[in-house]
Amino acid sequence: MNSKLTESILDRPVLDVRNLSFGYKKTEILKGISFCVNPKEFVAIIGPNGCGKTTLIKTVLKSERLDSGTIRILGKDIAHLTNRDLAMHMAAVLQTIDPAAMTVRDYVLLGRMPFFKQYQFFETRQDLDIARKYMELTGVVHLAEEKVTQISGGERQLCAIARALTQEPDLLVLDEPTAHLDITHQKSILDLITALKKELSLTVLMVLHDLNLAAEYSDRLILLDKDNSSIFSSGTPEEVLTEDNIQRVYQAEVVVKPNPITGKPWILLINQANKP
Amino acid sequence: MISSKIKIWSLIFTGLLFSVLVVGLIALCTGSAGIEIKKIPAILLQGSTTAEYTILMDIRLPRILLGMAIGGALSLAGTLLQGMFRNPLVEPYTLGISGGASLGVCINILFKCYAVLGIIAYPLFGFAGASAVIFLVYSLNRKSTHIRSNRMLLTGVMISYVASSLVMLLMALSHHDDLQNIVLWIMGSLDEPNISLIRLVCMGSVSGLIISYFFCMDLNALLLGDEEAANLGVNTARSKKILFVTASFLTGLSVSVAGIIMFVGLIVPHFVRMMTGPDHRILLGASFLAGAAFLTASDVIARIIITPLELPVGVITGIIGGVMFIWALSRKQVTL
Repeated sequence: MNSKLTESILDRPVLDVRNLSFGYKKTEILKGISFCVNPKEFVAIIGPNGCGKTTLIKTVLKSERLDSGTIRILGKDIAHLTNRDLAMHMAAVLQTIDPAAMTVRDYVLLGRMPFFKQYQFFETRQDLDIARKYMELTGVVHLAEEKVTQISGGERQLCAIARALTQEPDLLVLDEPTAHLDITHQKSILDLITALKKELSLTVLMVLHDLNLAAEYSDRLILLDKDNSSIFSSGTPEEVLTEDNIQRVYQAEVVVKPNPITGKPWILLINQANKP
Repeated sequence: MISSKIKIWSLIFTGLLFSVLVVGLIALCTGSAGIEIKKIPAILLQGSTTAEYTILMDIRLPRILLGMAIGGALSLAGTLLQGMFRNPLVEPYTLGISGGASLGVCINILFKCYAVLGIIAYPLFGFAGASAVIFLVYSLNRKSTHIRSNRMLLTGVMISYVASSLVMLLMALSHHDDLQNIVLWIMGSLDEPNISLIRLVCMGSVSGLIISYFFCMDLNALLLGDEEAANLGVNTARSKKILFVTASFLTGLSVSVAGIIMFVGLIVPHFVRMMTGPDHRILLGASFLAGAAFLTASDVIARIIITPLELPVGVITGIIGGVMFIWALSRKQVTL
């Protein structure tokens, strides 16, 4: 979040994906995917199981190699960036966090690693201050001396977010950060990310499974379709989450109503057995 | 915070360095010709004329240095491999690196390559065998961009079995003299008369430590998994390749000179990790020193326990190491 840099490229998308295709052997998983994520935007990727949401995230993170297409971060093609360059611009929170027996503080401090100079072995005063700042913002500072293996799943997810923020990224990428959490933790994590987005001018790209959460929290949605391996629809939650779209992509009958409080689309499932 | 960390780390480091020195000193005084610790300075001052001086400087000291270098090398190799695989059961033996190294050395003995190349043939063939295994394990598992750790471990275990079967095959086919050579070498001993080989092992293991330290932060990130490490900016493929070669170099060197010495690479890193935590910035150096002290101490026991005979040091490390390891497992959960 180099403020000068962010301002100078304000008109340019943070993430620009063009014509991306990816497949394992003969099965195509993603085909002709193009989209942008603009500065300070919260974009959620939604779609049925197996439609390639996580794969899309992994290609953006360069964990998977593309078959064709380009991905640019702040105008730079990620194919030409080293992992370290990439880590200075983009931070990731993955779906499952493999706990290592290190303390939460050491875990969060790993986020400063991309900024280490060659032959630097210890964190600087500044690195510690940055790590502390984000541990406070995410509310895990009281866990600093605990081992990552010994805290709860929700706390671990918060620590992962703190670690990602410690990288001070231009783009924060999250893969279903709320996957295994109860609704209290789901809400608190998404509230936190929304608040951080405002406070730190973060740009967020997130895979979300829960359509109602996606509708409530994101600025824009990208709906992936399993059958075509491509983007079915993208736009504001109101544009994407229509009864017709959901019926066609998920093959599920739903009712979409505006949320009485927020006005965002509200998806209601219908149990056929209970139908009058 | 950071200064307190450095303080604790330097304390651990100094403590281990001190224990290495103490163990070294005890080893210097122990043996069939008992030399009291008080007399050592006087003997050294008298110069190279006395028999005691020869015993101390030409017999005991080289053996102590070799023990320290090999103990450090094996324990460092174990630390590197456990860190990269995030698996507490990994060490040079379970990955087949030692098996490959011993196969290399057996081929050397059988085909008498040492007669052509000289004494350097032992470490050369050991390293070649170790690298061949690592290369095989690595290339068999290289289908995706990330190296899959569990599959790799299984491949390593299998290769280890194949290598030990081949060693047995070579032993069955070999002449009586060669057989005795192989058996003596496999039993594992720090009794190495060749001073230039000892020098080579010492320099090799210290340079292995230095190389490893260039990757200490990468190893810390790798504790979170390959993918997370890559997201934190680590060039995982490159770092892992270099570290694998380093680990096989350290193992090949140790196995070729001292034979099979078990458990050092497995238990020393575990015990050190219990003391220091998983941070490789302290773990690498501490494991090296602890391994050095442990093997030297084991060698002292191997030398005196059934005097005037000598036990293979691998027997001692196996027994002490195994028992201590089981005890530790029952007390505290072992994690990385």
